[in-house]
This record gives sequence, C-alpha cells and structure tokens, in this order.
Amino acid sequence: MIKAILIFNNHGKPRLSKFYEHYNEDTEQQIIRETFHLVSKRDENVCNFLEGGMLIGGSDYKLIYRHYATLYFVFCVDSSESELGILDLIQVFVETLDKCFENVCELDLIFHVDKVHNILAEMVMGGMVLETNMNEIITQVDAQNKMEKSEVMCFVTFINQCPCLDICSMQGHCFAFHTASASR
Amino acid sequence: MPAVSKGDGMRGLAVFISDIRNCKSKEAEIKRINKELANIRSKFKGDKALDGYSKKKYVCKLLFIFLLGHDIDFGHMEAVNLLSSNKYTEKQIGYLFISVLVNSNSELIRLINNAIKNDLSSRNPTFMCLALHCIANVGSREMAEAFASEIPRILVAGDTMDSVKQSAALCLLRLYKTSPDLVLMGEWTSRVVHLLNDQHMGVVTAAISLITCLSQKNPDEFKTCVSLAVSRLSRIVSSASTDLQDYTYYFVPAPWLSCKLLRLLQCYPPPEDGAVKGRLVECLETILNKAQEPPKSKKVQHSNAKNAILFEAISLIIHYDSEPNLLVRACNQLGQFLQHRETNLRYLALESMCTLASSEFSHEAVKTHIETVINALKTERDVSVRQRAADLLYAMCDRSNAKQIVAEMLSYLETADYSIREEMVLKVAILAEKYAVDYSWYVDTILNLIRIAGDYVSEEVWYRVIQIVINRDDVQGYAAKTVFEALQAPACHENMVKVGGYILGEFGNLIAGDPRSSPLVQFNLLHSKFHLCSVPTRALLLSAYIKFINLFPETKATIQEVLRCDSQIRNSDVELQQRAVEYLKLSSIASTDVLATVLEEMPPFPERESSILAKLKKKKGPGAVSVTELEDSKREGGELNGGGDRGPDTASTPSPSADLLGIRSAAPVGAAPASAGSLLVDVFSEAGTTTTLPSSSLFWLLFVCKNNGVLFENQLLQIGIKSEYRQNLGRMYLFYGNKTSVQFASFTTTPQLNVQTKPVEPLVEGGAQIQQVLNIECLTDFSDAPLLNIKFRYGGALQNLTLKLPVTINKFFQPTEMTSSDFFQRWKQLSQPQQEAQKIFKANHSMDTEVLKAKLLGLGTALLDNVDPNPENYVCAGVIQTKGQQVGCLLRLEPNAQAQMYRLTLRCSKDSVSRRLCELLAEQF
Repeated sequence: MIKAILIFNNHGKPRLSKFYEHYNEDTEQQIIRETFHLVSKRDENVCNFLEGGMLIGGSDYKLIYRHYATLYFVFCVDSSESELGILDLIQVFVETLDKCFENVCELDLIFHVDKVHNILAEMVMGGMVLETNMNEIITQVDAQNKMEKSEVMCFVTFINQCPCLDICSMQGHCFAFHTASASR
Repeated sequence: MPAVSKGDGMRGLAVFISDIRNCKSKEAEIKRINKELANIRSKFKGDKALDGYSKKKYVCKLLFIFLLGHDIDFGHMEAVNLLSSNKYTEKQIGYLFISVLVNSNSELIRLINNAIKNDLSSRNPTFMCLALHCIANVGSREMAEAFASEIPRILVAGDTMDSVKQSAALCLLRLYKTSPDLVLMGEWTSRVVHLLNDQHMGVVTAAISLITCLSQKNPDEFKTCVSLAVSRLSRIVSSASTDLQDYTYYFVPAPWLSCKLLRLLQCYPPPEDGAVKGRLVECLETILNKAQEPPKSKKVQHSNAKNAILFEAISLIIHYDSEPNLLVRACNQLGQFLQHRETNLRYLALESMCTLASSEFSHEAVKTHIETVINALKTERDVSVRQRAADLLYAMCDRSNAKQIVAEMLSYLETADYSIREEMVLKVAILAEKYAVDYSWYVDTILNLIRIAGDYVSEEVWYRVIQIVINRDDVQGYAAKTVFEALQAPACHENMVKVGGYILGEFGNLIAGDPRSSPLVQFNLLHSKFHLCSVPTRALLLSAYIKFINLFPETKATIQEVLRCDSQIRNSDVELQQRAVEYLKLSSIASTDVLATVLEEMPPFPERESSILAKLKKKKGPGAVSVTELEDSKREGGELNGGGDRGPDTASTPSPSADLLGIRSAAPVGAAPASAGSLLVDVFSEAGTTTTLPSSSLFWLLFVCKNNGVLFENQLLQIGIKSEYRQNLGRMYLFYGNKTSVQFASFTTTPQLNVQTKPVEPLVEGGAQIQQVLNIECLTDFSDAPLLNIKFRYGGALQNLTLKLPVTINKFFQPTEMTSSDFFQRWKQLSQPQQEAQKIFKANHSMDTEVLKAKLLGLGTALLDNVDPNPENYVCAGVIQTKGQQVGCLLRLEPNAQAQMYRLTLRCSKDSVSRRLCELLAEQF
C-alpha cells in the first residue's frame, strides 16, 4: 500500500501532499520535513530507495523517490509494493502531468493543486493503484476538463483578458520534463 | 492539446498564491495568510449567499493554506455544501477538500454520507467515481457502516462502467481494511475473483489489489484465484509487446499488473494442479529468459519495468522454495545484478539474495558471491546499499565463512555510518558467538568490537561476553590475558574497563604468575582507569577490588587503603559509598575462609538464548521482542554487575523475573541461516512460554465498595473496570489497555461464570485499548467471585492471567430507607443465632467519619441517620436482589476510636449472606 505521496521542491517547500492514512496536521508537516531531510541529502546517482523515517514507520516502510530538476516526487510504501514498479508509477505520474500541462513545471503544480490532485486521483485511490495506463488517465482527465469548460465558459473570457497574472514575472524553473534528460 | 489549459483558473486564487510566493519572510507570509483566512471567514459568515464559483475559489485557497502547513478549522460546512452542487467543478472541489481535510466530526460525516449516497445512486459515472474516491480516502467506520453493503453490488453489476468498477474495487478494499467485520464477501466472492478475467486491464489492475488483500485474510475462500491468476499472467507474459497496446509500458506488456499477479501468487503455496503448475513454471522461465534478451529500448524505464517483473518472479520462486532449478537460475540472475551499473538493481539484488540465503537449495550458491558482497560493503557510495550488503553478509554467514565475514564487518565498522553502527555491532557479536569454534577468537572479536565501536556496544553485548567467559573454563586464562593487554592502551573505552574489571576480578589469578601482570600491576592498571569512569563502572571496579583481596591476599593492604580514602568511603553516591564501607568491613572482619566463600568464583550462568539476539530483533522493528525482555536482561546484568557482593546462590538461580524472558529455551541456533528478520522471528515464536501472572487480591478488595477503577496492572497490561448494577442485574465494562508499543496477538478472555460476554478483538495494538462488556445476572447468593482468564501472545511468549472479577454479593444491594422504630423492629425479627454474623477487628484504614460513610454508601446499602442511639455508630439497611429471592440485610458498625477497633454486626434473612458480608466488610475498614 502507498502510505503517502509527497512532492516538494529542492528547498523542501511542499507542492503536493497526499496521505492515505490519517495523521494530524502537525505530524503531516513533520513527515514532510523529515522526508525532505532524508531525501535531499542524498547524492544524485545513488539508488532511489531508502528506509522510511521514524515518523512514517521506520524500516517497515520504504521511501521511493525520483528527483526531476526542481522537484522531488516521493512515494512512501509498505513492503507489499514492488520498488521498481513504484518507480515506474512515478514516471507515469510525471509523464501524465507533462502531457496535461504541456511541459509541466513547478509553477503548474503551485497554481493548479486541484488539477494535480485530480490527476493523481485517477492513478491512486486510497493508497492503491487504480490505473497505470497513461492514455486512460488522460482520457479521464480530458473528460473532466470538458465538463469543467462547459461549466466555466463564462469565466474563461474574463480570465483570458487578465494579463496572464504574474506567472511570467515570477522566478521558478521549468522542470521541463523529457524522458531522456530526466535524472533517473 | 494540453489537457489542462493554463489560462483558465481562478484569478483571486492566483493572485493570493503569487502574494504568498512574493513574501520576503515567514512573518510576512503568516500575516498574509491570516489576512486571507479572516477574509474567507467573513465571506463564509456573511449574509450574502456565495455563488458556487466563489465557494470553490475560497475552498481552493484554504487547500493551499493547508498545504503550507497551517491549520484549517473552518470551511468544512461550505465544502459539504459544494458536494450537493450539480456542477461538476464545484462538486469535485468539495470532495477534494473533504479528502484532504477529513474531519472526524460525526455530524459532518453524516452530511457527507448523504451527499455520497445521492451521487452513488445518480448513475452518472463521474459523480459515482468522485463519491467512491471520497469513501476510499476517508474510509471511516461510519462510511463503512453506510456503504459496505452497497459497494460490492456496484462492483459486480453488469451495467457498471469500467472506470466505476475500478473505483468500487479499491473503495471496497479500503472499507475492508478499516472495518473487515462490516464487509461481508460471502456471495460476492466468486464474482470478485472472476474480475481477474475482466476484459479491461484497468479493472483487473484495481481488482487484483482487492483480491490480494482478501486472499491474505481468507486464503481458502479465494483459492480459485490461483489458476485464474496463472492464466492471466501467462497471457501477459507470452504476449508480444504490442498486444496490450496502452498497457504496454516502454515495450514491456503490463508490468504493473504482472508484478501484482506474481504478488498474489505469493499468498499461496505452489499450485497443486499439475497443469496450472506447469503453466506457471513456464511463465517463470519465460521471465528469466527475457532477462537475458537484449533490451528493446535503452531507456531506463524499459529496464525498470522488465526488472520489476523479474524481481517479483524471483520472490515467488524463493517463496515456493521447491524448484531447485529455478532457484539456482534466480540466484545467478541476482548475481549478475550484484555487479550491475544501476544502483537500484544492486540494491534490490542484495535484498532479494538475503531471502534466498535462507533456502537450503540456494544457500551455497549465494555464498559464492561473498567477494562481490564484501566489495559492495567497502565501495558502495550509497549507505542504503551498504546496509543491504551488511544484511546479506549476515544472512549468508555460516561456520565456513564466519571468520572472514566477521573480520570484514569489523573492518567496515571503523568507517561505517553512524546510523547503522549499533546494528552492525549486534550482528558481529551474534555471528561471533554463533559460529565460534574457538573461543579465543570470540573473545578477540568482542574486544575488538569494543575497541573499534565502544560507544555502540550495548550492555547486552558485554554481558554476553562475560557470561561466555565464565561458562567456559578453556577461555578464561586467554580472556584475562587479552583484557589485561587491551587495558594497557592509554585511552580505552569504558565498556572495556567494565569487561576488564569483571574478568580480572574473577580470573586475574590465571595470569598473575607472570611478573608483568602481577596482582599489584593488575590492580594499579584497573585503578588507573577508575577516576575516568562513570558511577556504575566504578561500582563494578570496587567489586573487582574486593575479589582481588580474596584472590591475592598480598594486595589487601593497598586495596583497603583505597577503600578507606575519603573519596570512596564518603562518596556522595550512595551505592559507591555503601560498597566501599561494606567491602572495607568485610575485608577486615571476615576470616579468609569466610572471604573465600563469599567471594568465590561466579558459578556458570544458566544457558539461555543470547539477549543480544533480542536486542537486534528490537532494533529491526516492532514485533517479537518487548521492553520487558530488555529490562530483564538489564536486571540480569545487575547480577553480573553486583559481582562480588552477592552470594553464589543468588547468582546461580536465575531470578524469577528472568523467567519472563520468552527466550530462555534453547533456540534452533545454527539451523538454516536465515535473513536477520525471519530467523529471529522464528527463534522467538518457537520459544514461547506460558507465564501466569499473579493476580492481585489487593486491587480486588478495593472494589467491594466502589464500582470503577483499575483492577489490574503490570508492565504489559492495564485492566480498568466500570460497572453498574441494578437489582439482580449488572453490567461490567472491562478496558484492556496495552501499555507496550507492541501488539498483543490472539487476545482472548474467558470469564468463568455464567455471564454474557461479547468476544474481544483478537489483536490489541501497542498503546491501544479495547473494551469488553459483561452482562451479569445474580441467580442466587454466592461467596466466591467469578474468575476471568486472559490469554494473549506478547512477542513470542504466551501470557496467561487469571483474575478475580470484582463481583461481590453486595453489588446487588437495593438500599432501603427506614425509620428508627422500623429498623429495630426488623432487627429483633432477625434474632436467630445463624442470621447474625459479628466480627470485632482492628481498623486498617482511617476512621474518619466521611471516609466511613463513603464506604458504607459504596457498599450499596442505605445509610440510616438518627437510628442508633449512639451517634458514633453507623447503621445501614438494604435488600440483596437475586433472581430467586430477596435477602434483607441490616448492618451495624460500631467504631471505637480510642482502641482503633470496630465491631461489625450483620443480620440477614439468609445466614450465608450474613457470613459472607461480614467477611467482605471486615477487610474494608
């Protein structure tokens, strides 16, 4: 079972946290910090698995992570999951995000947390994997977007008139994802 | 077209997020957030009804604030309102909020359940999926109660859309995990198993998680899944990389599903049906063959996916442990991975080999990789990998390679990461002991261990070396010589001083012949360390000194001088001072004969399983070994520590507390060397002992006059009681609290009386409490309290506990108010000699009026004022209700404060009741 899915950036700022087991808010934040601490001190090119921190359950749990440019994607799983399988799952998740957001970058995750949650929900449900087929996931997300579009038509024109906010002016690196160039 | 266009979204939200991101300091951020929270709060509270869009925007803001680590204590109601919206966007954000910020507020859960119910019956697949997701994410008991019967129906219904089926399967799984009692598969079992054959791979992917979990819990009912899984696996494995289209991931057909199928098969023994088994073996061979084929892509994803399947296949082969051919192939494959350039594969190969090492077919094959593994331990850059290498060395160790492996581990210890040193020390100590043929090697190893990593050598380790030296004559002289040499190092670890002090105190005479280690030299060497040591070590050294006086009478004067000096005899530490005083006195008063008897060499320790194994197990995670065991080993160490000042008799009989150790019986050491984890689990589970814990009658007595409180408490368990009685009926709530951090398994309680009970949960998690209700009916009067038998497994040891339940006859009292004249009239009526019971006894507790009154009221009777002519006396009246009859009781208690005595008189319409009540009450005052 997947116990938690965490995304944070190189500075430990959480960009997504999804716990499939109940913790109170404080513990959740501590887990994020502890996980960041464990993962960020590791070199590139070491293996992608490590034993979980104390808060999340110690050596009975594994942290399986990938580091893409500015973001860490960390899955905390128990022993019933295949490590390489989860690694693939992270890849599917990121590729899906990349397709949905078109060259996804950290800012997309910041400004569209709800969308990211929705995409994730199409893959993982209650800590178990629901779907691994990227096309299927994207089909579902597309369908939802269509529904959404039809409902928010009235706002679209309004939003488009806004000077695309200050996204462009903000610093924030694209973690433009390409399978070939991605760190392992 | 990107699925999410970047333009649409909510402007207010984007502005807010940008503001936060532009905050220069944490304070500024908090300020901005508080401003926003106030804004949202006022909007939610405001008179103006918010439209769906605004609600959605604010809920999104709250989500963002929550992600930053701030508590959100409002907005739940608004989120619930969004659930009932007809608009997808609003409904969806409502569900998102609920899923992320679940609230156990039951009021709210009811509303949420309502919304879910509507969505589930909406027949709109998107809404149904949202609702199912919400159930799966929250997964509370209330939800299980509401939907556990509905979801299986959705799952197997013919007209359910595939995507809904997928969600329903995982939703059901979640409910099964939280409330297995509510999810009754029964009639659905076969249809759920057949989901493995579903056309849609996504449905199979979701269903297999459900089936795996159900199979683990009820293997027999789900047995049919084995053949279905094998045929599904076989179809996937033999398909071309293009057959499965979308489910082909980087040229590997359905890797995730294959892994899950292989995992499912690991819940069962090898298939009995020859055809199924043949097909499965074929699959496994194909998977192993594919590993040797050239990769279809250079991308790391391709090899990951392929190897994910390969590792699961190897796990299954190891799990079956019955196909020598496959096992050897698996081992060779892992051997290749040990030197793979991918760190991940090296890591996984080391991990899998650990389990492979425990198989008799492949143990030898694993051993051939020893050089590679040692090399990994030395050269891997990644500590996770090095740790796996150390684990594997431990697992593959046997008599033939122990010396090499121990030497390598010792040399690795010098540079090992701090995080794994303690575990490494324990492993070295265990291996050294387990495979020691030559005990001088063992002593060398442990002393080296203390020298290299003294800080990480726990007490258990050095206790153990002393136990072994004491028990083996052939190594004592060598040990004495070696510690003597080790102590000559200018800086040596305190643990070394402890071992040195103990061993020289016992066996210093064996090396005293050599003038270089004459008694005085030995003493001076030890004493030179004395001032640098902590109090416990000094205490041990003092004991060593007194032993020296016995061993070497020529040192007596010197040592007495040391003991006599102020820093010893007036030491501020009580223990040290006491030892100094007693030893000094002992040495000056006792004759040599007496001294020789008192300070005789320690008798051999009873052979029992090494306490360091327990320690390692404890480190490896919660489970078999408990805190008490460690405490016990410490106590055992206390005996060691005491050394000289305890008589041989105390030391030779293991203290009763040590018997609590579930590990004393000879464990199958040296049986199949297994991985650290599994071996140790075996050791402890086989060595279970039954321990009858003493029940405490003191606690029980307290309950005569009260109904609530703690009935029993020891290091493991606390039992609390709440009870209420009415007429001849009673209800008792028993609370069993697990005081440890470890689960109690097979927890059962058997009351030995005719009471109605509901069975208790068989598992009590660490720190958790479970409750049991007893319904009691009093049929006739009685004097013996019912017994309650409690059994549970704590670690390996079966705990067995028998307690008297605090059910006494007085619990069924109905108070009866009466006037003075009524009372005396009845009193006279009950004048037969048998009807009266009287006792004169000494006060054991305070004779304070209020205390006495409280006790008498607690007894259940009515306390009657102005009845007895003497206001000092107490009179009470009540009727005991049993099923068959009512027994009237009158009570008179006459305290005599001066003499601290009472006279208690009881008159009841039934003579046995008088006697029993009199006995009970005499112990209460």
